[in-house]
Amino acid sequence: MLKVRVMPTLLYNGATLVKGVGFDSWRTVGSALQAIKVYALRQVDELIFLDITRTREGRPPDFELVDDFANECFMPLTVGGGVRSIEDVGRLLQVGADKVALNTAAVEVPGLVEEVAARFGSQCCVVSIDARRTEQGHEVFTRCGRRATGLEPAELARRLEERGAGEVLVGSIERDGTLGGYDLELLRRVSRAVTIPVIASGGAGSAEDMAQAVLEGGASAVAAASLFHFTQSTPLEVKRGMRDRGIPVRLQEVQS
Amino acid sequence: MNRVAVIDYGRCNLDSIARAVEECGGTPRLARAPADLDAVDRVILPGVGSFRDAMERLSERRLDDALTERVMHGRLPFLGICLGMQLLASVGTEGGESPGLGWIAGRVRRLAPADGSERVPHVGWNEVLPRGDAPLFLGIAPATDFYFVHSFHMQCAAEDCVTARTPYCGGFISSVARGSVFGVQFHPEKSLRPGFTLLRNFLAI
Repeated sequence: MLKVRVMPTLLYNGATLVKGVGFDSWRTVGSALQAIKVYALRQVDELIFLDITRTREGRPPDFELVDDFANECFMPLTVGGGVRSIEDVGRLLQVGADKVALNTAAVEVPGLVEEVAARFGSQCCVVSIDARRTEQGHEVFTRCGRRATGLEPAELARRLEERGAGEVLVGSIERDGTLGGYDLELLRRVSRAVTIPVIASGGAGSAEDMAQAVLEGGASAVAAASLFHFTQSTPLEVKRGMRDRGIPVRLQEVQS
Repeated sequence: MNRVAVIDYGRCNLDSIARAVEECGGTPRLARAPADLDAVDRVILPGVGSFRDAMERLSERRLDDALTERVMHGRLPFLGICLGMQLLASVGTEGGESPGLGWIAGRVRRLAPADGSERVPHVGWNEVLPRGDAPLFLGIAPATDFYFVHSFHMQCAAEDCVTARTPYCGGFISSVARGSVFGVQFHPEKSLRPGFTLLRNFLAI
């Protein structure tokens, strides 16, 4: 049976790892390389690394940095932040990213998702959609949650799937950093609209939240940052908790 | 010396495969032209992306004929990973039919979900159930999880080439073998300890 992946998310500001609340109030949480080494030692399922200041500052991804990180991890690595072109994607894959996450560029750069899927395959094209609740439902925000797009997340996910996206990372902006649980309604809407895997993000505070994201939200994988930065929880512990709730997870590696 | 040619046809992350080969005691060397296949002890064909595009690129670099010569006639041990395994088949069906290397009779088709709970691409850790005598899986417990990320799978004309299956989309073929030619649909270089055991097994063949 396919296991539900638990994916630590590392947010980087160009100097250190950070974590905020609601895409704001950023706190420094340590060295990126150190964190990657720890997660490599813990043999986590997969890692997400997002450089959150690149797009805002109009800078391309830091390829050398990603190269260094990739050298430390023998598990799958998704990299995002500042990706604007097919060349950026090609270079990230070359230095060791297994997948590239497109957030702002998936909305602002016409044809990029198609081009990435055609040249490198859908499996390495992750689209990242950040959304906020509104009175009408949910709205997509780009540029690290700063720019309103008027787009509905499920509709955007469906369109990007048609263009060749292989996975969709769905983040709730207001749940981000709260440890209060994922936005299950948002997850449900997106997972019903697409047939590609959905990765839940924003709000994870416990194994129970993660189980809910799968059972009620239809997620295939769950991402978390604050849970691992600010509490005693480890990916292994939450996976045991998920298993106890009937969710298939990968445990054998850490048991041996 | 265990010199391993890693075929580079300009599409994918070779870094992690080269590092994994080193970690397992081999000496990787990128192969971009037929001459790069001289003086190596084995060869790995990685691959992501589309079947047709990959075959075109191998053929542009005249690597398809060179590989057939060295592997099929010269018995150079070969490991195809992900798309690299699929290319062993006679025919790919992505965007119309196109020929593969044809070393193992079979076709490559899109995964067909058995129900709404199965999503494609098949991404993540899933069980591999090897045939008892498969040398690549020596020392690896049945139903060990490996890391997959793919939308297509290989169907073999003859069951004797099938060395492992994985329970998804009705059960697909996750490893094939014919003589010293091996293929795995998952990514051993991203599968942590079991992946390294498998690569060491390949380096010992």
